[in-house]
Amino acid sequence: MGGVRTSFAPWEDPGATPLVRYAGVSKGFGSVSAVSDVSLDIYPGEFFALLGPSGCGKTTLMRMLAGFETPDAGRITLDGRDLGEAPPHQRPIHMMFQAYALFPHLTVAQNVAFGLHRQGLAKAVIADRVAEMLALVKLDGLGGRKPDQLSGGQRQRVALARALAPQPRLLLLDEPLAALDRKLREETQFELMDLQQRLGMTFMIVTHDQDEAMVLADRIAVMNQGRIVQIGRPADIYEAPADRYVAGFVGDINLFEGRVESAKRGRVRLGSAEGAFEAEGVADPGAQAWIAVRPEKIQIHTGRAPRAVNRLEGRILDYGYLGDWTTYLIETTSGQIVRAARANATRASDRPLDCGDAVWLTFPPEGAVVLTR
Amino acid sequence: MKRGGLAALAPFLWLTLFVAIPFLLVAKLSLSDTALAMPPYAPRLDWSAGWAGIRRFLAALDFETYARLTGDRLYIDAYLSSLRLAAIGSGLLLLIGYPMAYGISRCPPAVRNALVMAVILPFWTSFLIRIYAWIAILKPAGLLNAALAMLGLPEQHILNTEAAVILGLVYAYLPFMVLPIYAVLARQDESLVEAAQDLGATPTRAFWQVTFPLSVPGAAAGALLCFIPMAGEFVIPDLLGGSETLMLGRVIWTEFFANRDWPAASAVAMVLLVSLTLPILLFERMQARSSKQDGAAG
Repeated sequence: MGGVRTSFAPWEDPGATPLVRYAGVSKGFGSVSAVSDVSLDIYPGEFFALLGPSGCGKTTLMRMLAGFETPDAGRITLDGRDLGEAPPHQRPIHMMFQAYALFPHLTVAQNVAFGLHRQGLAKAVIADRVAEMLALVKLDGLGGRKPDQLSGGQRQRVALARALAPQPRLLLLDEPLAALDRKLREETQFELMDLQQRLGMTFMIVTHDQDEAMVLADRIAVMNQGRIVQIGRPADIYEAPADRYVAGFVGDINLFEGRVESAKRGRVRLGSAEGAFEAEGVADPGAQAWIAVRPEKIQIHTGRAPRAVNRLEGRILDYGYLGDWTTYLIETTSGQIVRAARANATRASDRPLDCGDAVWLTFPPEGAVVLTR
Repeated sequence: MKRGGLAALAPFLWLTLFVAIPFLLVAKLSLSDTALAMPPYAPRLDWSAGWAGIRRFLAALDFETYARLTGDRLYIDAYLSSLRLAAIGSGLLLLIGYPMAYGISRCPPAVRNALVMAVILPFWTSFLIRIYAWIAILKPAGLLNAALAMLGLPEQHILNTEAAVILGLVYAYLPFMVLPIYAVLARQDESLVEAAQDLGATPTRAFWQVTFPLSVPGAAAGALLCFIPMAGEFVIPDLLGGSETLMLGRVIWTEFFANRDWPAASAVAMVLLVSLTLPILLFERMQARSSKQDGAAG
């Protein structure tokens, strides 16, 4: 999380050497292009997330690193050495599979020891290491069980221990939490982060879940149709999305389309059907652009029109009560639906708003961004 | 009665009519003695005599025929030879059927279905005709020797040897080996092999450490499906094995039809049946144990 490791930013250091480098990597299956021209650096100790909808190429990108697929074009290097067509078993990269792929005929301990046996270690060393790994994932004493005698969360831990045991240079996690229920997923997220930092290892996770990527990763690469659309810290991705796709995929967004009236000193004024809005960003005057505002950055007012640079008039159509937040759908006078979220800071009294109420919406210029794509 | 109760009765009815009653008849026959009568055995149950008749009938049953079987080398030899041929056949079938099933399971789905069809396809033709076709191939002036002669190779006399019987057994039972193994392999999660390779196992190692151990139940089912009927096989040794091959199926036939020794034929059949139930029970135990493990999953 950014707050914990503000100083960790090797990607900003021109002298840092990446652990993994994708250079112009493309891969197609038949006539379908899965990954096109991806270049990407992952640094030692980084927790990196590939985020995108299913079919965006993120899994293919990861499988090429593990050696299960070969790039059609481009190179993937590890520690500066080209991985080429090295088969999976020769790569010091291990993967935690989506459905865990635990060996059902082996015990938990035998599963964890699998990779260690392949390294030709002595029996006693392996036994110690297995015990150490099981302790690390809090499965002490369950070494003798078979995978089908474990709960979903325990199986996930075994898969993690098995992939970590041989001390890979890089751990790949393919949707590691997808099979867990929500409560367990949240707990496991923090455990994963803790583990990654304690071991100082490099993790690369593939996920379609934006929350997961935001919580876990130092940096996120958002993918769409085989390409990387944006790489950045979670906060950068959320607060300064590169385009409308990223803005819409990571979190909820309100977009107001229009023409740029003026742009100076990082402030853009846009004329739209809802009126004129100001936001931070850069754009060419006269160009088509979009003002993007997150629902939680919009304030809802009742009564007289407030004094604000950016304001809209509308009527509450519907709302969804989420416990901590309430999300309101507001139809503006021009007919656009706007989402606004309000934290439920107090109990029921905090909700004087109801469907049909006439309201004013405002948002500060520094709470919105201009998107040109 | 619960819904479906009558339907659940159907298998019991079937098993009673076509398994239990015939089994009891054969068991009774095997405890009888030969007699110059029509049918050629004694005692006969005399219903008109009531209880006394039944008691007299039961008193006349004995294990004399079984004792006779153990005393005659012919039966023991035929028994051992049957088990040996069935074992050789099952072994060869495993060696041929496993790679076939594995190959099919690794094909793309469309090709896979076509290949499975091809494995089953011979069943569309009568079993007897297919065995006769082997006679035409293996006989001294048959297709095999014609082909060998064309290649300038010496003539082979395979028909009426044990080799021909084994060939026929392997040919006829191949689908029974391939299909159960294929079913297990096709169901296997591909990511297991990927995980093994990811953890440093070569493809060969991954096969022996993951794919193979997980396919053992399929191979065991295939081996049983082949071994049991092969041990009692009659048509193949009769048509391809000539007088040289001694198998229990033929012994039973000879005792029954040629020697009119129904008790002996029945006793041989009983011995075969009981000795073949053993591997089935073992297999069931194994299955039950593995499914109990599956059931323990939370």
